[in-house]
Amino acid sequence: MEGLKGNAGAYTNEMRHDHLITSKQLSRGDIETVLDRAAEIDEDPSAVADRYADTLLGLLFFEPSTRTKMSFETAMKRLGGDVVDMGSVESSSVKKGETLADTVRVIEGYADALVLRHPKQGAAQMASEFVDVPLLNAGDGAGHHPTQTLLDLYTIRENAGLEDLTIGIMGDLKYGRTVHSLAHALTNFDVHQHFISPESLQLPREVVYDLHQEQDGTQIREHESLEEILPSLDVLYVTRIQRERFPDENEYQKVAGEYQIDTDTLEAASDELTIMHPLPRVDEIAPEIDETDHAAYFDQAHNGVPVRMALLDLLLGGDDGGVRDD
Amino acid sequence: MTENDDHQLRVSKIQNGTVIDHVRAGQALNVLAILGIDGSEGEEVSVGMNVPSDRFARKDIVKVEDRELSQDEVDVLSLIAPDATINIVREYDVVEKHRVDRPEVVEGVLSCPNAGCITTDDEPVTSRFEVLDDGVRCAYCGTIVREGIASLIDT
Repeated sequence: MEGLKGNAGAYTNEMRHDHLITSKQLSRGDIETVLDRAAEIDEDPSAVADRYADTLLGLLFFEPSTRTKMSFETAMKRLGGDVVDMGSVESSSVKKGETLADTVRVIEGYADALVLRHPKQGAAQMASEFVDVPLLNAGDGAGHHPTQTLLDLYTIRENAGLEDLTIGIMGDLKYGRTVHSLAHALTNFDVHQHFISPESLQLPREVVYDLHQEQDGTQIREHESLEEILPSLDVLYVTRIQRERFPDENEYQKVAGEYQIDTDTLEAASDELTIMHPLPRVDEIAPEIDETDHAAYFDQAHNGVPVRMALLDLLLGGDDGGVRDD
Repeated sequence: MTENDDHQLRVSKIQNGTVIDHVRAGQALNVLAILGIDGSEGEEVSVGMNVPSDRFARKDIVKVEDRELSQDEVDVLSLIAPDATINIVREYDVVEKHRVDRPEVVEGVLSCPNAGCITTDDEPVTSRFEVLDDGVRCAYCGTIVREGIASLIDT
């Protein structure tokens, strides 16, 4: 991405409308622009309350979603706009065999921007080639989830800062799209990344390849155990290990148990450790941690609204007051 | 006797067509697969495998009568036979000689091996692969393929 277009004067010059497909397209400048705008909106949401009164956001969710879908809807409504929702796959034309390419071309005629979640990797990239309105990837299979990344980065910046950071990312790193997107985005900053997972759920080699293209190899480490690295972490980003990734229940229980944390686990951690999770969690973070100062995952989920408001503002906005100029 | 004379004896000369020389040993049949040549059209095809070579210890060579390669074919050929030379033959003489160039992108010739990739669905999309130094990468799902690229050829 060559930039996200800004509504406020300070953001406009070098930016233009575009799609958001993967975090790889985001430069450090792009990321900081979104996070700064999100902070301004968080501070004073009323300043943007009616900015997009005539704007409609099209929601196309081919997979279930609670947080992402509701926070996009909330963000658009808090900006004064509204949403049009394709609804569930079962109730749409997709059930009749319509291609994704056709679906997005129809719905772009109803909306000013589209948000797409789809079970197939590359779906957002392909869909973006068929539409002229901005398209935001809200998750494409095991691929990417860049808007989640922006709210993750916002949360990290608020809690631990993005400079001289040591982060552990733990759980299902193979299929976890939030992990893939976050890892790419973090290469823009001075960050040491430690990836903790069972061998069968390590980062895809494609992601490791990209990380090594972007960053010194010493800043990327893979581990099978949290224990050895926990004391050095500023942030621990936990993801869910899904039962269906394992051939049988016993194997799942054995592996998943090693990647669960509770207050005993945290005795070895820094007092300043920030714990994050994209949610939903099952049992990988014990509820007793919710009440500690470590827990940032509910704030993280709440941050989805100001960050997505900022992103919509930057993608939809412009000196012409929200009308696309390309 | 030179190396060239030697293999000319093994593989007959053609009157008009293409000689693909300096193919990595073992890849000749994949070259034919890329070109969609299986002999069913009646074309005259000669294949030399593990022929002694100055440049490599052994090489393969493919000669196809009455067939000149398109740029798309040469592009894909470059992925499995990066050192190949393409000789266009007319009336028994080599009239053009090209080295293959690796393109930055190949479109529409390979299919993505990732069953989770959108290009494997019934969508109106042409496959697109970025060419890396040591493989190819799907422009949609990001899957990198280093081995067995010939098996991805969409025939």
